[in-house]
Amino acid sequence: MTFIADPITFITHWLTQLMGGWGWSATLIQVLLNILGSGILVLGAMVFTTVLIWAERKLGARFQDRPGPNRVGPWGIFQTIADMLKIFTKEYITPVGADKIPYNLAPALAVAAVLCVWAVLPFSSTVFGTNIGIGLLFIIGVGGLGEIAIILAGFGSNNKYALLGAFRAVAQLVSYEVPMVIVLLIPVMLSGSMGMNDIVAAQSVPFIVLAPIAGVIFFITLIAENGRAPFDLVEADSELVAGYNIEYSGLKFGFFFVADFLHAFTSALIFSTVFLGGWQGPGVENAPILGFVYLLIKTLVVYFIMLTLRFSLPRFRIDQMMNLNWKILTPLALFAFMVTALVNKLLPAGNNLIRIGGLLAVNLLLWFITNWALSRFITNQPRPVVSGARPVAIGEKKTVVKEETSA
Amino acid sequence: MTHEWLYLGIFLTLAMAIPVLALIIAGILSPKKPNPIKNSTYECGMETVGPSWVQFKVQYYIYGLIFLIFDVETVLLFPWAVAYNRLTLFGVLEAIFFVLILTGGLWYVWRRGAIEWA
Repeated sequence: MTFIADPITFITHWLTQLMGGWGWSATLIQVLLNILGSGILVLGAMVFTTVLIWAERKLGARFQDRPGPNRVGPWGIFQTIADMLKIFTKEYITPVGADKIPYNLAPALAVAAVLCVWAVLPFSSTVFGTNIGIGLLFIIGVGGLGEIAIILAGFGSNNKYALLGAFRAVAQLVSYEVPMVIVLLIPVMLSGSMGMNDIVAAQSVPFIVLAPIAGVIFFITLIAENGRAPFDLVEADSELVAGYNIEYSGLKFGFFFVADFLHAFTSALIFSTVFLGGWQGPGVENAPILGFVYLLIKTLVVYFIMLTLRFSLPRFRIDQMMNLNWKILTPLALFAFMVTALVNKLLPAGNNLIRIGGLLAVNLLLWFITNWALSRFITNQPRPVVSGARPVAIGEKKTVVKEETSA
Repeated sequence: MTHEWLYLGIFLTLAMAIPVLALIIAGILSPKKPNPIKNSTYECGMETVGPSWVQFKVQYYIYGLIFLIFDVETVLLFPWAVAYNRLTLFGVLEAIFFVLILTGGLWYVWRRGAIEWA
């Protein structure tokens, strides 16, 4: 194993041999390496977030025709570090009547929930946190932990805006988890495993080709789970001021901020791992370090598409968002799951080309049927009038008395 | 096998401990000058009226119930999906019937207006 082709494995081997040479037991070495590895991953992810925040602010500014951060350092790249230093020395303002335990637990939990996903993601064929057999299920479960953090923040703050944000979080995040989980059955089915490494290894053909509808649904639900525009009802600035994090200040607010930005990138990472083939690419067998590069490129492309959507689409109304989930995405996910399961079983095994062609054709068919059903049943219907015109301007008519100026 | 879970345990502990540690450090560094007006609940400058634990729309609760049904369903389907490559056509059809019944359930709650945001 040369250093250039696979540096992380090389360093791990070297450390193992070094500590073995000191006469330490294998278990101790294992535990120490685990602590070192997970520490580097956790801290690396959090430091990486500073870059992400800068990139997103800069790109967002460019989308909206503003210069963005441009004062601290070249192109403003040290802006986030300056912000971080400032936020570290800001006062914690705890509102009167806040429930201390959930209020203080929520920010740390929000960050931890996002970080935990990184433990099971494979970054290249040899470098991954851990390869547990239920990796995908773990990611779904940990995703639910983030929702709990939002609910805790909303209930603990003793603020009506925060509570409304938490209500919406329950409705939105919980609802969008349904099509997401159904759709994730398809990669599991196609690869025959829930371990993330096996899922990536099975993608000599990326699953987005075999199950494009599942990929699109997963992408939409990831944005919704993230709580970003066009699904940012959880923290709709113009209606709820800031939603669940309104009563937070200092680093407690900063952690919600970090969790949000890190979650966006992690979503892109999950998408490119599950549907775009992760570290797979030409030449990874010989040089696993290339897997990093491929994964990074795929993730950045997905991330950029997410940012484009975020900065160019207006916010959904809550009934529109719920209709999109329960009346379009969930039935479509259910049908895509059934059809993929059946067709993949009926097609002759072994011939990859027929399999790809068959699944693509079925997905296209489903797509056209959905389009037809949408135009037939949903889009063309007139919007129901909920109530009549509100009596705003109707009141007692004030008669203007003309003062007659008679001589 | 065990060391994979050991790693996960260490990772979860660190992922929780590092943010908590940072929060504590910032708490030591930051100034502490509370006063009643600063600590009052923010409501756009108005005096707050009543407790913040307000009544909420029942629709949220119904969404929660429907979510529970579908999530339990998928938990049942994940082991099936792992064993998919070893299943016969009959096993696949059985799962499809199971999902079809649940699709019927979705159709039912749709018709009853439970997923309508009214």
